[in-house]
Amino acid sequence: MLLKNFKRVALGVGLAVALTGTAQAEKVLRVGNDGEPQSMDPHYISTVQTSRISDDMTLGLLTYGQDGEPIAGAAESWTISEDGKTYTFKIRDHMWSDGTPVTAHDFVYAWQRILKPDTGAEYASLLYIIEGAEDVNTGKGGPEVLAAEAVDDKTLRVQLTAAAPYFLAQLTHQTAFPVPRHMVEKHGRDWTKPENIVVNGPYKLVNWTPNVSTELVKNDKFYDAENVAIDRVIYYSMEDRTAIQKRFRAGEIDVGRDIASEQIDWLRENMADSLRIAPYAGIYYYVFRSDTEPFNDVRVRKALSMAINREVITDKVLRTGELPAYSFVPPGTGNYGEPQYADWKGEPYGEVFEKAKGLLAEAGYGPDKPLKVTLRYNTSENHKRIAVAVQSMWKKLGVNAELFNTDGKIHYSDLKQGDFQVARAGWIADYNDAQNFLFLLETKTGPINYSKFGSEKFDGLMAEAGAVVDLGQRAKILGEAEAVAMEGQPIAPIYYYVSKQLVSPNVVGWVDNAPDRHVTRFLDLKQ
Amino acid sequence: MIHTTAASDALAPMEELEGRSLWQDARIRLFRNKAAVASMVVLGVIAVMALFAPLLSPHPFDEIYWDRIQQPPDYANAHWFGTDGNGRDMFIRILYGARVSLAVGLLATTVSLVIGVTYGAVAGFVGGRTDNVMMRIVDVMYSLPFMFFVIMLMVVFGRNIFLIFVALGAVEWLTMARIVRGQTISIKRKEFIEAARAGGVSNFKIIFRHVIPNVLGPVIVYMTLTVPQVILTESFLSFLGLGVQEPLTSWGVLIAEGAKVMEPAPWMLIYPAIFLALTLFAFNFIGDGLRDALDPKDR
Amino acid sequence: MLSYALRRLITTIPTLFVIITVAFFMMRLAPGGPFDSDRALPPEIEKNIMAAYDLDKPLVEQYFLYLGRILTADFGPSLKIRDFSVGELILSGAPASMQLGLSAIVLALVIGVSLGTLAALRQNTGADFSIMTVSMIGIAVPNFVMAPFLSLVFGIYLNLLPTSGWGGGALQYKIMPIIALALPQIAYVARLTRGSMVEVLHSNYVRTARAKGLREQLVVVRHALKGAIMPVVSYLGPATAAVMTGSVVIESIFGVPGIGTYFVNAALNRDYPLVMGVVIIYAVLIMLLNLLVDLLYAVLDPKVRYV
Repeated sequence: MLLKNFKRVALGVGLAVALTGTAQAEKVLRVGNDGEPQSMDPHYISTVQTSRISDDMTLGLLTYGQDGEPIAGAAESWTISEDGKTYTFKIRDHMWSDGTPVTAHDFVYAWQRILKPDTGAEYASLLYIIEGAEDVNTGKGGPEVLAAEAVDDKTLRVQLTAAAPYFLAQLTHQTAFPVPRHMVEKHGRDWTKPENIVVNGPYKLVNWTPNVSTELVKNDKFYDAENVAIDRVIYYSMEDRTAIQKRFRAGEIDVGRDIASEQIDWLRENMADSLRIAPYAGIYYYVFRSDTEPFNDVRVRKALSMAINREVITDKVLRTGELPAYSFVPPGTGNYGEPQYADWKGEPYGEVFEKAKGLLAEAGYGPDKPLKVTLRYNTSENHKRIAVAVQSMWKKLGVNAELFNTDGKIHYSDLKQGDFQVARAGWIADYNDAQNFLFLLETKTGPINYSKFGSEKFDGLMAEAGAVVDLGQRAKILGEAEAVAMEGQPIAPIYYYVSKQLVSPNVVGWVDNAPDRHVTRFLDLKQ
Repeated sequence: MIHTTAASDALAPMEELEGRSLWQDARIRLFRNKAAVASMVVLGVIAVMALFAPLLSPHPFDEIYWDRIQQPPDYANAHWFGTDGNGRDMFIRILYGARVSLAVGLLATTVSLVIGVTYGAVAGFVGGRTDNVMMRIVDVMYSLPFMFFVIMLMVVFGRNIFLIFVALGAVEWLTMARIVRGQTISIKRKEFIEAARAGGVSNFKIIFRHVIPNVLGPVIVYMTLTVPQVILTESFLSFLGLGVQEPLTSWGVLIAEGAKVMEPAPWMLIYPAIFLALTLFAFNFIGDGLRDALDPKDR
Repeated sequence: MLSYALRRLITTIPTLFVIITVAFFMMRLAPGGPFDSDRALPPEIEKNIMAAYDLDKPLVEQYFLYLGRILTADFGPSLKIRDFSVGELILSGAPASMQLGLSAIVLALVIGVSLGTLAALRQNTGADFSIMTVSMIGIAVPNFVMAPFLSLVFGIYLNLLPTSGWGGGALQYKIMPIIALALPQIAYVARLTRGSMVEVLHSNYVRTARAKGLREQLVVVRHALKGAIMPVVSYLGPATAAVMTGSVVIESIFGVPGIGTYFVNAALNRDYPLVMGVVIIYAVLIMLLNLLVDLLYAVLDPKVRYV
């Protein structure tokens, strides 16, 4: 009944749009998003598919520019203290979409909310760099211990635990977004329903049909609304990559946020003008359980890592433009110089392979005592193809690798509990800084340090880097840490990620960038 | 239905004799059915090919040819059905896939047969409250979404391929149990059962010596329909990424991979799909043939 | 018959209770939790989230909490799509799935019964053989092949229909999902109809009807079909429940806003409340439809009486 009425209304609206639309056509951007969003509440977002939508609706203190680099957002300007630990932001004179001004209090309220244990926010730990945040989140202190304070309506002061050059970049992330206190307190968890939601960014939610789409319309109260060209954005939720591709081909969407990589050759041949492949700040790697047999022997780890022919994997198996990886931190990562590569990079594979054989023999494995390992990966066509390739490479080394595939939940749960020998993993940077990769190998990181690397030297260097203010000095120390990691090979880097998408030539203003952020406010459509 | 008339336990040898002639009769009728015979030949050929797979192709099933990734059929290199996304020969992989798919089908069906026939025969024969409770359990299991059941089993036992068979069999036995129960009820009042009972034969013995052999007809027919069902379920699980572990493969895995590249690399879909379809056709025609042969009413 | 229906309805309650119990504990046997992902959570955060959803309590306590909530028709929150409750997700998805499913079943019934009858009347002729072969293809081609194939052919090569999407429920978006859903059902129904039709056509009452000199058309439609439809009716109960609760393949490939995806995705995501929600919906639906089938039996077959 209700549905019928709804349909009738929708039809009516459609007609009205059709009738009035001719004078000044509404510009609608249709995006094939490769996953269902989780929530419109920035505090409950942990997938990149959701953050794409959220980034269109909310302005953090800083926000993504057209090239994915952080630019001033809700903060007009800021100052940083000498020791790099105190940040003072001047909030831009702008308002929520209901006309209420955005104040420093909204930020303090938001950060306290995401950190409160009973909020149950998945990503709250990203704010731990703020003094007191960890205590609030773990329940050791009330929300008032958080060192973020609204000096007045337009001034926000934040105290950090250490000088963190990546803090500004981190503020573009949804965990640091403001929420409209007046609405959250009024509606509770329902504040994100289309009829209640209030935003300070360029677009506003009007409809979310699960498994179909989320639809945003331009927010006229946005401070820079006159420079926003697109009137409406529709994010279609599409898990199936081939379906995205088909819709794109049929002209039903303008942007497809992922491609069906199995069809890459076909795409290159037939849709070259729409195919966009760009470096993406992430690393695909295999992790060794480095504190138990047989991988507590660095020679075994190194041998297996060396025997992986990365060029074959990127050029023959994947063919989607990924670059072979010999370091843990991808090149071009912020606040860092050239990554520290594994020492065999650049040598011909034949020689490296012989060396690997030698190392394995030294470690006591050979034809009469073959090494047997289980290689685990989570369900995905690409993970499977890479695992099959690596298995055959290791076989030539005399290593018998049994492949073991499980669904993602079991995979990561076992990884965390250390129930594996070698396993596939990947990491995409939350913010553009080398520390965001290297911390994964630190002992204090806990269960996410899947390899249980536990190198005192590495941990010491990481701690040292955390205390240094000078960026050049810090980069050098982080580099030393990475060199330790590459020597120890608790992980075998395989390739640096690329972002792969289909962008119609009609879309104007799309700039390929490493964080892979393309907020709609900078885009336009050719008529 | 195929049951012997007045035979009693004391006359067992005669009963067997008579039974055999009935089965013989059915066999003759079955072999007169051209579609069924052709199907048996097709199945036989596929099974033999699967069995002797390594002798039929110069390529090992897990050998990767880096320079021949996703190549169309190429007779010069003996890739009669082309290569897959990892540069492995499709022909040999389809034959190895046949091993897994056929094994899945047969093993799971056997499991469902053993559970379903025993369960149904006991419920039908004992009757009364036991029957009520046992059938209520079947009702409950019927009302659980099948896919949920299978996924949970796969997730829990995913490490072992044999457990996949058992898991699939463990959800396919319900219909079998119902059929057998119905049949059992209809024959348990027959004279030869009464005679056995009067002769003091234990229930257990009656069920296994008299009831089950006499309900086998419909069971065999249903079996030939279960095998394709299981093979299809396995392919669906493969589509979800819950299938057999690499480098082993199954038709389901191959078809799921092929479906993703049906346009740029149709050979990856068409060849395994042909094998799957042929097998399913064959089982169904054999099933139809068996039904006609075993049911004298219908000619 | 009414009292029979009532009695049957009452017995569904304990059955449902057993199903809830079995599903609840079985689901929890599966390793991995709802918040395990490639971004592993720091232990303290995971603790916060588990507490927020009562997942830190002993399992038995969670079970009783859940039962209590179910009694007030509260299916709990979804752990994955966190802005929606399970009730909201099912309410928003069920209409689409049920609509497509019902259309597919009706289509299957009409086409399947006609084809099956035709095949039976022309038993062992070319027509019979081709109908059965085509219907076998409907069974033998998995839907994850059929759906993208249809989409490729009709959406792109012929450009007749949208490749996928929902378009607010416009007809052209529903055609391919309905066809893809109906194809295997048409095949099953056709085979079932043919089988029982062949049998019925040889039965005494049809012979009698023919002997009375009734027109063949009348014999088939009025007499034979009524008897031959029985196995189809009993097949339709569970089949309708299965088709109406949607198909993960069809819905994800065609972008249908249904609940079919939840049966698989919620299980894989360990979205416990959502899994329970769809399990309950499915169970209720299948029990109701089975009851309906049994009542239909009584209507169609005068020999069956329920008291």
